[in-house]
Order: sequence, then structure tokens, then C-alpha cells
Amino acid sequence: MSQMIIANRLIDGLVIYMGPKGEWVGSISEGAVFENEHDAQRWLVVAQQAVEDSVVVDPYLIDIDAGGGKSLPVGARETIRAFGPSVRTDLLEDAEGNGG
Amino acid sequence: MYRYDEFDHKLVQERVQQFRHQVKRRLSGELTEDQFKPLRLMNGLYLQLHAYMLRVNVPYGAMTSRQMRKFAHVARTYDRGFGHFTTRQNIQYNWVKLEETPNLLAELAEVEVTGIQSSGNCVRNITSDHYAGRIKDELADPRVYCELLRQYTVLHPEFSFLPRKFKIAVTGSPKDRAAVALHDIGLRMHLNDSGKLGFEVLVGGGQGRTPVIAKTIREWLSPEHLMAYVEAILRVYNLNGRRDNIHKARIKIIVNQLGIDRYRELVDQEFDRIKGDVKGIPEAEIQRIKAYFAPPEYEELPDFTDKLSTLRLADKAFDLWMSSNVAEHKIRGYAIVNLTLKAPDRVPGDITATAMDAVADLADEYSLGEMRVNHRQNLVFVDVKQMDLHNLWQKLGPLELATPNLGQLTDMITCPGLDYCNLANARSIPVAQDINKHFVDVDRLIAIGDFTVNISGCMNACGHHHVGNVGILGVDKHGTEFFQLTLGGSSDEGASLGDRLGRALPQEEVPAAIEAIVDTYMDIREDDERFLDTYRRIGMVPFKEAVYGSADTKVVV
Repeated sequence: MSQMIIANRLIDGLVIYMGPKGEWVGSISEGAVFENEHDAQRWLVVAQQAVEDSVVVDPYLIDIDAGGGKSLPVGARETIRAFGPSVRTDLLEDAEGNGG
Repeated sequence: MYRYDEFDHKLVQERVQQFRHQVKRRLSGELTEDQFKPLRLMNGLYLQLHAYMLRVNVPYGAMTSRQMRKFAHVARTYDRGFGHFTTRQNIQYNWVKLEETPNLLAELAEVEVTGIQSSGNCVRNITSDHYAGRIKDELADPRVYCELLRQYTVLHPEFSFLPRKFKIAVTGSPKDRAAVALHDIGLRMHLNDSGKLGFEVLVGGGQGRTPVIAKTIREWLSPEHLMAYVEAILRVYNLNGRRDNIHKARIKIIVNQLGIDRYRELVDQEFDRIKGDVKGIPEAEIQRIKAYFAPPEYEELPDFTDKLSTLRLADKAFDLWMSSNVAEHKIRGYAIVNLTLKAPDRVPGDITATAMDAVADLADEYSLGEMRVNHRQNLVFVDVKQMDLHNLWQKLGPLELATPNLGQLTDMITCPGLDYCNLANARSIPVAQDINKHFVDVDRLIAIGDFTVNISGCMNACGHHHVGNVGILGVDKHGTEFFQLTLGGSSDEGASLGDRLGRALPQEEVPAAIEAIVDTYMDIREDDERFLDTYRRIGMVPFKEAVYGSADTKVVV
């Protein structure tokens, strides 16, 4: 299963994902997809450093379904974290201020 | 309404400054998340699925229009334009930024509300009857004692690091609208054999993964000893409560382990030791607090019932609303109006900033500037002139605050669930919306009558599912949301915990299951018997058969 790293940004708490260069991005569509466990764990160490640096809180790996050309989270919890409350899609705004 | 004195103001402002400094240290990296977390929680700031969530106390559910306008301002300025009223008479904001929280709290302090002790292992917001001070059957105004307890327990050093959170509720009426038997301490006012007012004290109630109806620890307690007795209960809990296992840390566990008689012995020993000293409440202090809750200057008004009857005859929608949402006031010519936050397709308990401002304006115009929030996530105008009811109803309608479903099946308690909450296993809100779509026939809802449906997205039971006539608990089964139904719960003066109906159902089957339960009830009820009474008389089997079929009727214990 492909994986991605998710966290909350310390300053505002918004959901963020690790990008391809270890940067943090506000949308799951820009998150880096790790195809193997070795890569995932290696980048999780980088994420832990971002915790130490007071940039992010609570990073962890999530499973990603990368089929169909889009990176989609697996399961209700991570889908809701990625796209906002399923009952208030009118309020979706990601960490970069993009409305839904 | 209570107004802060200089000590209250000083305490809250110092706390805001302290938190401002703590946030600064956190953002600079001086504090780690582990160090910071208990500090932010003591100010009501959680980190949830989408962002930081701030929980703000509405002490015993009472608010002024000025406070409501500030809640609107906060929703608009610091969040995404809405707030969510909870079952603990709090309001929650879902997208608060850490860096802005100190300013937000400073703004709330201007109108005398805080997030202090809305989280953490301390005494939480003290809750009460939303009709307090306005209802005929009340023996005394419970808000006076809520306020005394609030002042005593806020930032009390001995009670700031309890084994687990601690919830107190107070009712001054024999009719329990505050669910006191589901609290760590429940206080129920009543008269003793000599006709003197005091409290029955209940202890060890609660919901969560181990639901328990509170037990009576003292039949009658004189009000001047309230603080000493509550302190004794808290001290015995603090000393004996388990800190090794979060799931066994609530007072209900230790009361069950020791037995109520032994717990009472320990409390009485401590109470006897301290009740003679400064812990007694001076009568002057009780009177000082009482003065804040003195009734407003009511006008001498004629009873308007006859004229209302004419209006009701002329307009069925108004008549429905009057029957459902308006309660009798203790003063002639006045009424209590419930503003339901349960319109179809809306999220139970949610209210936009625009609606909050409108509610504040209407409270000024029609309710002497005061309102309440209750534990069923609805708002209440407590002082409406009967002659204004029709005008008020016309203005509430466009705001979707006049849905005539109070106490009916669609007036559901619904926790935020997996749409917002880090602890949830399943979504609650879509289930409520599905049920709302299924039960659209107003006449049928009226025919069904009193019927509470309470929905929680996990076993922590913020949606009070254990005490819903029908309780719905969301569970996760291999990554799929399922819903476990219970029947027969109640949170009133005859509180009971629901019994499990059977295997959990997928979301799409829940409305039909409730339909089957309702149909069965309508078939077998006697006269105007409430669902709860029918269930208590008949038991589980016919309902189980209706939902699962006759082959699956074994009662689950």
C-alpha cells in the first residue's frame, strides 16, 4: 500500500502533508506518495525533525490509494481530514486557504 | 445574570496573559507539545481532526445578548462563520488558530466567558436546568449554587489535577431537565421533612464506556454545607481515584469499587472534619449571589391565552410551534420559548454567526436580553411576553430556529462525530440527517410524541446515547461505520440506561430500523403512553423482532 505523511501545522493546527522535497503542503493532491515502507520510514524521520523544530504536530503515515491518477486517502477518518467535514463541504478550506 | 466582580476579572485577565505567554513559548519551541498540551487543554483548546478546537463554557447555560454577539464575532473573526453548541452547555469553534487564541480569549473575557476548565482533569462547566428561575415547579434557582460552585472550583489548586474530568449538575425542580443522575455529582433540590430546602446529593453517575446512574450519597444536605460536602467528595475521589488507567479513573469506578456505603463513610468523615470551619457558606454570600439572579422587573400583563388561541386556530404552523416549543412561565403573561437548532438538513447544535447576531437582537427585543442553551443543543428565550409570541415566531422561522420538534424524534442530540472529532469511530451528523429525511411527516411526529434519539460517534458518549429513548452508537468494524442501537434510556428524574437492541447496523439501515421501532410502539402503546413507558412495560422482544426479524430475537445482555 502506498503511504503519505500527514500532520497538523503547529501555528494554526491545519492539516498538512509532506511534499516531495520534505516541505509541507496544504493539499493531499500535492503530498508525496511513498511506494515502499523504507522510504516512508525515512521521511517520517524528517517529519519528526519538523516536530522538534516546532513546525508540525503529530505526524504519522496514512495509507493512500494512488490508483486512478489521484492520491486518495483510505478510510473515512483520513478522507474527512483531507477534504473536511462530510456534512459541511461548503466550509472546506485547506491549509493554503483554497476554498472547496 | 451573574456579573464578574473585580476578582473574577483579574483572575480571567491574568489567565489570558499567562496563556499568551505559554503560546509564545510553544511557538518559539521553548515548550514541547507534551509540555504544552495540558496547558492548552486547561484553557479549552484541543487539537482535533481539522485544526485546533476551542471549547468555551457557557456557565450553567445562561447567556446575555452581548455574549451571544461576541460568540458571533468570534465565529466570524477567528473561525469559519459558525459555532457548535454541545451537550455540556458549551460552544465550540472548530478552526481556531493557535497564534490567535490569546486574542480570542481576551475578547471573550470582555464579556465574562472563558475556556478555563472546559477540558482537562478538573471540575468542568457546571450545568443546570435551562428553565432555571423561570419555571413554576422550581423550589429555588439552581444558578445561585452553580455560581457558588463555579467560583469555588475554578483554578482551585487542590482540584486542578484530579484523576479524571469531573462534571457537576444542579436542578432546582423535581422535573429533571439537567440529567443530574448522569453526572459525577448531581444536586437535586428538595424539601426535607421539616420543610427546609436542601439538596439530595448523587454521586458517581456518568456515561462513556462504563455508563452508571448516580447513587444517592446523602438524602438531604443543607445549602450552607454545599461547598464543604462537595469538597469532601472531591477530596475522597482525589485520594482514592485511580490514576493508573484512564478508563478506570472516573469517580463512578471508585464509588462502585468501594461501594456507595463505604464511599459515604469516607466522605462523611471528611465532611465532619471540615464543615465547622471556613467551608460553610456565609448567608451573606448566598444572598450576594442570589441578588444577581433576582427576577427581572416583569410587567403586570394580562393572560394572553385566549387571544393566542385565536391566532393558533388561524394558523396551524403557529399552533404546532406553540404546542411544541413554548413552555409555561411562572409569571402571568410571559412564556418560555425554545429555539430549536434542529431544522431538517442542518447540523444539530450548529449555528452561524449571522444567526447568532439575529438571535441576540431578538433576545433584546423579546427576552429581556437573556437566553439559555440546554443540554439537548437548543436555545431558550426565558422571558417572552405572550403577546409577542406570534411576532417572535414569524421572525424565528426564516432563521430556521422555529422547527416545531422540541422533544420529538427529530430533536436529536448529536455529537460532532467523525466529521470533527479525533476520538470518534463513526460519523453522527449524517445519521441524524438521514433520520430527519425519513421522518418528515409533522403530524406523525406529533402522534409519536415524546421520543428522544441520541447519537454518539464513539463510546465516550458525548451524544448521550446511553440515555436516549433510542440511543445510537457509532462503531468501526474493519474500517466501516456501523451503528449500535439501544432502547429505553432516559436522563430525566427516572433516569435509565438503554439496553442493547442487537447487532450493529450499517448507516443506510438505521432510519428503517427506527421506523420499525416506531411502528411497533404505535401498534402496542396504550392510550397516550410514551415510548419509554411502552418499552418499560413490554420490554425488548417486539422491537427486536421488528428490526431483525423473528429468527433473531434473543435479547442481548
